[in-house]
Amino acid sequence: MEKNSAPLLEMRNIKKDFFGNQVLTDINLTLREGEVLGLVGENGAGKSTLMKILFGMDVIRETGGYEGDILLNGEKVKFSTPFDALEAGIGMVHQEFSLIPGFTATENILLNREPTKTNVISQIFGSRLSTLDRKGMDRRAQDAIEKMGVKIDPHMVIGDMPVGHKQFTEIARELSKEQLKLLILDEPTAVLTEQEAEALLNSIRSMASRGISVIFITHRLHEILAVCDKVVIMRDGYVVKESPAKEIDVPEITHWMVGREVDAVAAPAEPRSHEGAKNILSVRNLWVDMPGETVRNVNLDVKEGEILGIGGLAGQGKLGIPNGIMGLYEAGGTVEFGGKSLPLNTPRACLDASLAFVSEDRRGVGLLLDESLEWNVAFSAMQIHNKFLKNIGGIIKWRDERAIHKVTEQYIEELMIKCTSSRQKARELSGGNQQKICLAKAFALQPKFLFVSEPTRGIDVGAKALVLEALRKFNRENGVTIVVISSELEELRQTCDRIAIVSGGEIAGILPATRAAEEFGMLMVSKVK
Amino acid sequence: MEHSATIDTRRSTFQVLIRRFGLPRLIIAGFLLLLFIMAPFVGANLTVQILNVINRFSWNAVLVLALVPMIHSGCGLNFGVPLGIVAGLLGGTLSIELGFEGVPSFIMAIVLATPFALLLGTGYGALLNKIKGGEMMITTYVGLSAISFMCMMWLLLPYSSPTMVYGLSGSGLRPTISVEGFYDQVLAGFLEIPVTADQSIPTGTLLFFALLAFLMWAFLHTKTGTAMTAVGSNPSFARASGINVDRMRLLSVIMSTWLAAIGILVYQQGFGFIQLYTAPNNLTLPTVAAILIGGASINKASIPNVIIGTILFQGIVTMTPTVLNSMIHMDMSEVIRIIVSNGMILYALTRKTEGLR
Amino acid sequence: MKTKHSFQSKVGQLVRDNSVPIMFILICAVCIPLSGFSPSYLLNEIVTRMGRNTFLILCLIIPIIAGLGLNFAMTLGAMAGEIALILVSDWQIWGIPGVVLAMIISIPISILLGLLCGKILNRAKGREMITSYFISFFMNGVYQLVVLYMMGPIIPIVHDSIKLPRGYGIRNTVSLLNMRQAVDNLLAINIGGVKIPVLTFLFIAALCLFLIWFRRTKLGQDMRAVGQNMDVARDAGINVDRTRIVSVLISTVVAGFGMILYLQNMGNISTYSSHSQIGMFSIAALLVGGASVEKASIGNAFLGVTLFHLMFIVAPSAGAQVTGDSMTGEYFRVFVSYGVIAIALVMYEAKKRRAKSNASRLLAEAQKQGKEERA
Repeated sequence: MEKNSAPLLEMRNIKKDFFGNQVLTDINLTLREGEVLGLVGENGAGKSTLMKILFGMDVIRETGGYEGDILLNGEKVKFSTPFDALEAGIGMVHQEFSLIPGFTATENILLNREPTKTNVISQIFGSRLSTLDRKGMDRRAQDAIEKMGVKIDPHMVIGDMPVGHKQFTEIARELSKEQLKLLILDEPTAVLTEQEAEALLNSIRSMASRGISVIFITHRLHEILAVCDKVVIMRDGYVVKESPAKEIDVPEITHWMVGREVDAVAAPAEPRSHEGAKNILSVRNLWVDMPGETVRNVNLDVKEGEILGIGGLAGQGKLGIPNGIMGLYEAGGTVEFGGKSLPLNTPRACLDASLAFVSEDRRGVGLLLDESLEWNVAFSAMQIHNKFLKNIGGIIKWRDERAIHKVTEQYIEELMIKCTSSRQKARELSGGNQQKICLAKAFALQPKFLFVSEPTRGIDVGAKALVLEALRKFNRENGVTIVVISSELEELRQTCDRIAIVSGGEIAGILPATRAAEEFGMLMVSKVK
Repeated sequence: MEHSATIDTRRSTFQVLIRRFGLPRLIIAGFLLLLFIMAPFVGANLTVQILNVINRFSWNAVLVLALVPMIHSGCGLNFGVPLGIVAGLLGGTLSIELGFEGVPSFIMAIVLATPFALLLGTGYGALLNKIKGGEMMITTYVGLSAISFMCMMWLLLPYSSPTMVYGLSGSGLRPTISVEGFYDQVLAGFLEIPVTADQSIPTGTLLFFALLAFLMWAFLHTKTGTAMTAVGSNPSFARASGINVDRMRLLSVIMSTWLAAIGILVYQQGFGFIQLYTAPNNLTLPTVAAILIGGASINKASIPNVIIGTILFQGIVTMTPTVLNSMIHMDMSEVIRIIVSNGMILYALTRKTEGLR
Repeated sequence: MKTKHSFQSKVGQLVRDNSVPIMFILICAVCIPLSGFSPSYLLNEIVTRMGRNTFLILCLIIPIIAGLGLNFAMTLGAMAGEIALILVSDWQIWGIPGVVLAMIISIPISILLGLLCGKILNRAKGREMITSYFISFFMNGVYQLVVLYMMGPIIPIVHDSIKLPRGYGIRNTVSLLNMRQAVDNLLAINIGGVKIPVLTFLFIAALCLFLIWFRRTKLGQDMRAVGQNMDVARDAGINVDRTRIVSVLISTVVAGFGMILYLQNMGNISTYSSHSQIGMFSIAALLVGGASVEKASIGNAFLGVTLFHLMFIVAPSAGAQVTGDSMTGEYFRVFVSYGVIAIALVMYEAKKRRAKSNASRLLAEAQKQGKEERA
């Protein structure tokens, strides 16, 4: 077979680094015509980066390109823009919809590729003045929808469509491109209902039977097994396992996804048990409306003095938990803190109750980018606890610049923040140092309880270790209960006492940090919706 | 960090200047400097010119200051200045109507304008909280609507003071009302330093502005003022820190409106006349342009921006007619004023670094 | 019960969506009897003003489709039209040839100004309206510079009748007496005392047909896409910036033509004020016709021009009847023009916010339901 012709797609020794940070190492991948390849791996394993390389996304070129070769039908290709990739027959359906809300399905499917009729004016002033061939558009859209094998109304306006149909419109748009040979589906079933997902799997099968190859990325492992010919598992930028779908099962996939050879080295430092401690925070039936991180029904008890980790795959709702409790997104349910009920949807009440939150959205929520480090560190404590203020005449609360300067300098030293001075603008700092400023802000509040969301996202290794060490120290020395939310299981296992895994907007289970990685892996995919 | 520092020092000072002040600001400052240098050569009396600039600065500075709170809280440039002006006009005319004279008339004008300013400011602020993101366009038209609504009111309200109403019909306010005998020069006259026969330094007005500017500076150094700045800098951050963003914005709008009311009264006591009907419209653009020329942007403004901006803008307005007139016998000052003020606003609106609003 | 409820809510929706036109119908209904004008007089006036203004109002539609909102910088086109007319009247080319020549001359000026305006607006994405508003003021300064100081010394102007006595610059009013209603009168017919300027209406009809045709072209489709979501359009390979510039360009050129038609009807140019108010009145009229910042149709333009100008005609005399002062009515109509724009802008922003909060409410409710089911 293999000698008959070159495979449709071949990726050879693909390497990619982001500013010295190796994210892909020696990736080899082959895909034949009409084959369906399931690509799985934890968040950050390198799946999306690999697909971005294949699709010629700008971000790859802007960050210095990649190493290795991509071969299409045996010919070496190098795409500098997604349009080149489209030209060569590669289509991609992204996680976010890319549709015009006021257009019909037909108009969206053929956006900027509409068949037109020339007329006198267009012959003089250019083809953009040709009129649209509505009949031709209908025909081509209908063809694409049929190819997909799922019924959607071509004349329905996108804005009125259920989420699943929007997803199908996107797929139909890719199918309407005649040159399409390879379709990349990036977590297409995340937003679909059970039946819709089933329909999508069927349509993938029908596409494959028409000779279109598919790369299918998903966290729902049974889907992979149901539809794929081949499974490729990635971890930490390596392909760790490649296997025909028939010869592998869900437990084995999860094992490969989270398993670490270096398990013993990264074992959690000094795990502690807080069995006897009282519950400082009790959460019951929490729902949070955070787009992309919906929390459906969370019940959780946090023991006083512990470091609790919350892990889980992206989009399963782990980020929604702190954001909902701290009042940043609309939430419902009951939360008790230290035996007292904590009102939801009011950030102020949480801060008054001595909770603090280091947001995962550093630049959007965590920092005043255009203000000095001093302001960033001192602001919350000033507003909540009236710290760093001088009272003039008993009424006027005057900013105490000296106290602010002192506390900022103290944290700069303690957390080893690299900056020119405490008056430097937060915008000018590197990601790791910005994160440290966010921590300093929370520390300055002197909270009893601290939520830290994705503390190491996007920062380098050195800063990572420092940040985690600072959290551990804050917990040990000040007796502050800390909940760390992170996508990186390894980091949680090193830092936390217990780890709760969120899946499908609920807590799938809580285990001591010493348990094997596979056990957490199984929990992660247990309720994936 | 060190790397970028060396680049900075290597750059010529001129480039650094451009980056810090912005090219338009430098051009305007340079143009004004040129005008001052030219002035003696074309026969204009430099002392008179400088006194002119100082006087006009004293009239306008409070109005420009009124923009600061709203810029700080992230409401953008307040093209709704006329709303505050309307409150000030009501205060001024009512004070005269009620028969106050001299210094008390000015104090009463402020006192009477205050409830109107608070009321209008509250409504205006509540409206702006409903339309976050579209403030500037809407403030423009709220301002214009307010002015044209008051045009009707000036005719219909039952004013009767003979100094203000049309002589023939005995009702309806005249477009221009002299404040002589009421609060003409009440501030300017205080500790006035006469320089030439008919010109002097209006010490009182400058002191009054200094007082208000100091209060504003002080406010921005309090806990509440700090919160207001944070709301303008990053509303999400402020909210996560437990700040009630809407209330801060409302407070800033009320402050802006009240200051604009005071500002127009200060303007009138210097100018000598109350101008009604469509005249207040003409104050919006120069006010906004002045603070931008002074170095403010859509979401950052300081007291020095106010002072520098007002001096530069009023300098151009007073100097161009005299100098150009005697040089080329053409009065192009009006055209230059239009191009400079609107060009400055366009520059601020199209700066890429301004962030999205 | 349910159908009645939905009927009520439908009527409520209809009233809410059309609150501005309904408000205007009420204002007119009150003012017309008060003003004491005869129906035939009113009809005549409306027809005249429709011929005069509709072209200018229609020029606003294309930027709205392209997502630029209300194009306050349409005055740029008006300025181009005025400059063209000033030149033509200096060359003393009158009548229909004068009008046509003016239109031809206005095109390059409009294109230049439109290009500049489009480029600036592309730098101010997300705040196009306020920017276009200030572009119109800024260019008004430049216009004065050209007309007041450059016409004469730099741009040759021969005839003293349009030159200021000082020897350069254009007078405050330029008479177009020899061109007055040249278009309106050609082919005009008279029905029951109402003069109908057929040729003008043919011009307008041609523009309407152009707009209808334009929406069906590839470019029109691209503009709709850009107007709704620039990022998606860009991802699909549409040149967003260029498309936006083209929309401003067309608007400016059409505004130039519109201004020439407007001025030939008036019979004179108020050199320094004609253009400055026309933008506001055209935008107000379009909004009165039920258009919004993101949606406008030809029907909106016609309804708007009728209602707005009806109010314009009757307000002063109705105001005089009520208050005994004709100025009250004058101020009233200015107030209404500004007010209607303010209201339309507030409604647009409020609707954007409502749409957002609605989405989150629905999500929360769905989750609550889901939870109840599970419990």
